[in-house]
Amino acid sequence: MHASDFIYTTYIHVIQGTVAIVTSDGRMIVGTLKGFDQTINLILDESHERVFSSSQGVEQVVLGLYIVRGDNVAVIGEIDEETDSALDLGNIRAEPLNSVVH
Amino acid sequence: FKSLVGKDVVVELKNDLSICGTLHSVDQYLNIKMTDISVTDPEKYPHMLSVKNCFIRGSVVRYVQLPADEVDTQLLQDAARKEAMQQKQ
Repeated sequence: MHASDFIYTTYIHVIQGTVAIVTSDGRMIVGTLKGFDQTINLILDESHERVFSSSQGVEQVVLGLYIVRGDNVAVIGEIDEETDSALDLGNIRAEPLNSVVH
Repeated sequence: FKSLVGKDVVVELKNDLSICGTLHSVDQYLNIKMTDISVTDPEKYPHMLSVKNCFIRGSVVRYVQLPADEVDTQLLQDAARKEAMQQKQ
């Protein structure tokens, strides 16, 4: 199986969907997945960062549209629209994610 | 790994996040796709609450925890030994 097939078939149905990206420095970014390649470079639209702390809900619109280099991607999660809108972000208190340590 | 597709595993990442779910697929880079995930550890990581399926980059995986009875350790040991011998040659 060609290497690129894996992620291609995996994520072809998620394009145009909302995804949550966890980066290697422990940040969580939510956006619309526009495209990707074999090295998992991502094109994300309307991305905003979810910062968790003792008082959550701090969302910044990081950039409307940007490219995330695959090296820095740890996890790509499919966000279920219904569940996500049910989430009351203002009420969540938590520690920030750790960054990836090799 | 391919024989484990469809089984429940726990993947521990290098950023200390542990994700439990069903192994959907694996590729040559050991990237993992999992469905129906939940965060195992104290859910002090609520970030994934609205995520059901996820793709994990192979380079951020620290461990993959498997139920002991799914793995024939004898077979695995033999296979690993053979590979090590092949590599030496």
